Amino acid sequence: MDLKDLYQEIILDHGKNPRNLGKFENFNKDAKGHNPLCGDKVHVYLKVDENKKISDIKFEGHGCAISMASASIMTELMKDKDEKEVNELIEDFLKMIKDNPELKSKIISDDDKTKLMSLSGVKKYPMRVKCATLPWHTLISAMTNKPGEVNTEKAD
Amino acid sequence: MNIKDIKKEFPIFDNKVHNNDLVYLDSANSSQKPKVVVDRIYDFYTKEFSNVGRSVHYLAVAATNLYENTRVLVQKYINAKDPNEIVFTKGATEAINLVANTFGQKYLKEGDEILITELEHHSNYVPWHYLRKSKGVKINFADVDENGDISIESIEKKITPKTKILAITHLSNVTGAILPIKEIIQLAHSKNIPVLVDGCQGAPHLKLDMQDLDCDFYAISCHKMYGPTGLGVLYAKKKWLEELPPYQGGGGMIGEVKKEGITFGDLPNKYEAGTMATAQVIAFGESINFINKLGIEKIEEHERELTKYGEEILRKNNSVKLIGSPKNKGSVLSFTLDGVHPHDIATILDEDGVAIRAGHHCCQILHEKLGLAATARASLGVYNTKDDLDQLNSSINKCIKIFNS
Repeated sequence: MDLKDLYQEIILDHGKNPRNLGKFENFNKDAKGHNPLCGDKVHVYLKVDENKKISDIKFEGHGCAISMASASIMTELMKDKDEKEVNELIEDFLKMIKDNPELKSKIISDDDKTKLMSLSGVKKYPMRVKCATLPWHTLISAMTNKPGEVNTEKAD
Repeated sequence: MNIKDIKKEFPIFDNKVHNNDLVYLDSANSSQKPKVVVDRIYDFYTKEFSNVGRSVHYLAVAATNLYENTRVLVQKYINAKDPNEIVFTKGATEAINLVANTFGQKYLKEGDEILITELEHHSNYVPWHYLRKSKGVKINFADVDENGDISIESIEKKITPKTKILAITHLSNVTGAILPIKEIIQLAHSKNIPVLVDGCQGAPHLKLDMQDLDCDFYAISCHKMYGPTGLGVLYAKKKWLEELPPYQGGGGMIGEVKKEGITFGDLPNKYEAGTMATAQVIAFGESINFINKLGIEKIEEHERELTKYGEEILRKNNSVKLIGSPKNKGSVLSFTLDGVHPHDIATILDEDGVAIRAGHHCCQILHEKLGLAATARASLGVYNTKDDLDQLNSSINKCIKIFNS
């Protein structure tokens, strides 16, 4: 195990200076996520246009470097993606964190893949996987208008 | 006390964690186990095993005697008047649930009030919460002050003519505050309010005297006292155990069972339904022997000195913010670091073999009051040394370096 795999430069950068942090006025979808074990909280706001494309995405929240970096990178990658692409990326990311060694999706650039793969370090830290996946489960919840809060201790 | 020799009695320290010596600073969560306790479980199962209190054969009689010996050891350890005031439970949580359930059932009615504090662990809040729904009682919280302390005045302020029971921690698992429980008990008794003390953090670190404290109930967690998991102790004054109804029904707790009715057994059987955690009880006797051999006063002194040292070095570290500076502090050092989330701290420390806890430590009410989602916590046991605290400090510096480089 190497801490450097977990706390890569890119994670520390996004963790300290999360992109797309905040809320915007005209969001039309949102969802909250909570990890009661460590207190991480995230609230994802979306503007989904008539073509089912995410025209804007931001998040509010607080938590560890992993969860904040994950939310930050996720919001960067999701902007201007349509529903189909969003679902494909979420599925690809969650599978990568769980089993797959690499990302399979072809809809993002190699640079973006590298950015997303920086979160793969959590695989060696089972207790921290939920930190990385919380924003993504919250995004699913927002996209599907699921009522209630995402809770890492209730989600599968 | 030679701590190096004491550490040798704990086999866990023979193991490496990520190729480093284990620096175990999570004893408030659960303590490590000396070899005598582990061996006692093995010996019981391999040489002496039988169920207790039922059969009359050789092994059953011997096992029953061993089981009851621990009850007497606990009684003497906490200076209770009578061994029948010692009830074994599956943990301190069950001990508190037992009291909340039976006391609530018999004595509480709509509009009555239960007084707890903002310092309480969830296990001394949630069991009482059920009575809100089933009985319509109200739960009041005595305020914690900026030092993480609970004063006698803050308790007095929240006592009303409707207060029917006070449930309070002996030693906070977050701020380390040791509460003046003797004075608090005297105050409550002057108003005819019985007191339950959550002794999870008190019992492993402080000398106890039930007759001197005069509390009505005292809950103990055995796995925090160098003992096995799955076991707790409820101390209760005999009059309560006689007056309160049984908690669970089953074998072992009955007097006579007929189709038309049932009578219940005498103390302590009335509260020990079903087959109990026999091996754990017997092994817990060795935990008490272990503590007695060292002397709880000596342990207290060693831990007080270490806590003071830990506070000193962490206060000198400008990035560390210690949580709680109570008047009388037990062996808990909770802290936050500027710019590093407690979970990141815990993961980075772990890499160096330093085991701490991060989170809300089952005290969400307190963390909300402190305005913190989570804290990091180093907590001490008899096996810890100043070197452990130096390692903690240097690993904290490593965190700061990783996050601020």
